[in-house]
Amino acid sequence: MDKRPYDNKAWLLVLPVFLIVAISAIIPLMTVVNYSVQDVLGPFQRVFVGTEWFEQVLNDDRLHGAFLRQLIFSGCVLLIQIPLGIAVALTMPVKGWQSSLCLVLVALPLLIPWNVVGTIWQLYARPDIGLAGVAVNSLGIPYNYTSSAFDAWLTVLIMDVWHWTPLVILLCYAGLRSIPEAFYQAAKIDGASAWAVFRYIQLPKMRRVLTIAILLRFMDSFMIYTEPFVLTGGGPGNATTFLSQFLAQIAVGQFDLGPAAAFSLIYFLVILLLSWIFYTYITHTDREDAR
Amino acid sequence: METLAADLEWMAWTGPTAAFFAGIALILAAMTAWQTVSPTIERRGFLPMPTTRGDRLFIGLLGSAYIHLAVIGFTDLNLWIAFGVSLVWMAVVMKFG
Repeated sequence: MDKRPYDNKAWLLVLPVFLIVAISAIIPLMTVVNYSVQDVLGPFQRVFVGTEWFEQVLNDDRLHGAFLRQLIFSGCVLLIQIPLGIAVALTMPVKGWQSSLCLVLVALPLLIPWNVVGTIWQLYARPDIGLAGVAVNSLGIPYNYTSSAFDAWLTVLIMDVWHWTPLVILLCYAGLRSIPEAFYQAAKIDGASAWAVFRYIQLPKMRRVLTIAILLRFMDSFMIYTEPFVLTGGGPGNATTFLSQFLAQIAVGQFDLGPAAAFSLIYFLVILLLSWIFYTYITHTDREDAR
Repeated sequence: METLAADLEWMAWTGPTAAFFAGIALILAAMTAWQTVSPTIERRGFLPMPTTRGDRLFIGLLGSAYIHLAVIGFTDLNLWIAFGVSLVWMAVVMKFG
C-alpha cells in the first residue's frame, strides 16, 4: 500500500474545468433538486411539498417496469457489445491501407446522429417496405416490431449494437495496438496458443480501455432515449419504454416538473452508484494485478 | 440582495434545499481544509477496497442518499430518523471504512 501523502497542488490546475462543470452540471442539478420538493404551478407559482414527489415516484409501478426494462437492456447491451467489440478488434488488419479502410468503415455508424439512426432502422425494419423486415418475413419468420414486444426489443437491441459496437471496437483496437511486439515474441518463444496470448497478454493489456468502454456503454445505454423514441415510440404498449422516455413523458408530456425532478434525482443516484461500482471494481482489480 | 434573489428566481430555491447545499458546501470546504492541514493516507478498513478520506466521504454521502430514499419510499418513518441513521452511517464509514 502506498503510504506517501498525496500532493494536491495539481487540483489548482483543474479549477477552470470545475467552473465549466459548475455552470453546465452543478447549477442545473441544484435547480432539479429545488424543483423536486415543489409543486410547480406556473413560472413563478410554486408550492413546497417536501418529499411527496419522491414517495409518489418510488411507489409508481410504471417506474418499476421501466427500471427493470432498463436494467435488462443495459445488461444485454454490455453482454453483446463488449465481446463482439473485442472479437472484431482482434480480427482487424494491423497495418497498411486495409487497416485505415477498416477503421473508417467501422467508425461510420458513430458519425450518424441518434435520431437519424432511429429513422434508418425504422424504415429498414418495416415489415411492409423495409429491406430487413420484408426479408425476414419472406423467410417465413413472422416479424413486426410495431406489434410484437419481442420484435421491438430485438430491433432496438440490434440497432444499438450496430450504432455503438464500433466505439468498443475502436477502443479495443487502440488498446491492442499499444501492446509492444516483445510480448508477442516472448509468447511465440514459449509456444503459447492463440487463446493463451489472448487470455494472458491481450485481455490484461486491454483492461483500461475496456473499463472506459464498459462505463461509456453502460451509462449511454442506461440513458438511451432518442433511438427507441424514433423507432418504436416506447411501444408496443410500454415494451420499449425505458427510463429516459418515461421521464420525458412526465416532464414534457404531462409537464409535471416536480415528479420529473424527483425521478431525475433517483435516476441520477442509480447511475452514480452503478458507475461507481463498475469503476471501483475494475480499477481495484487493475491495481491488484499491477502488484 | 433583492437583485440577487430575483436573479436566482429561476432556480426555484427553497429554505430546506438551500440548507442542504450549504451543508454540502461546508463539508467540502472542511474536507479541503483538513486535506491541506493533514493530507489523507490511503488505508483499508471494513470496506472491500483501500480508500482515501475523500472516497469515504463519497461513499458516506451516497449511502446517506439511499438511506433517505429507502425511508421515504418504503416506510412511514419520520425523515429525521433517516437523517440520524445517515449520520451514524457517515461516522462509521469515515472512522472504520
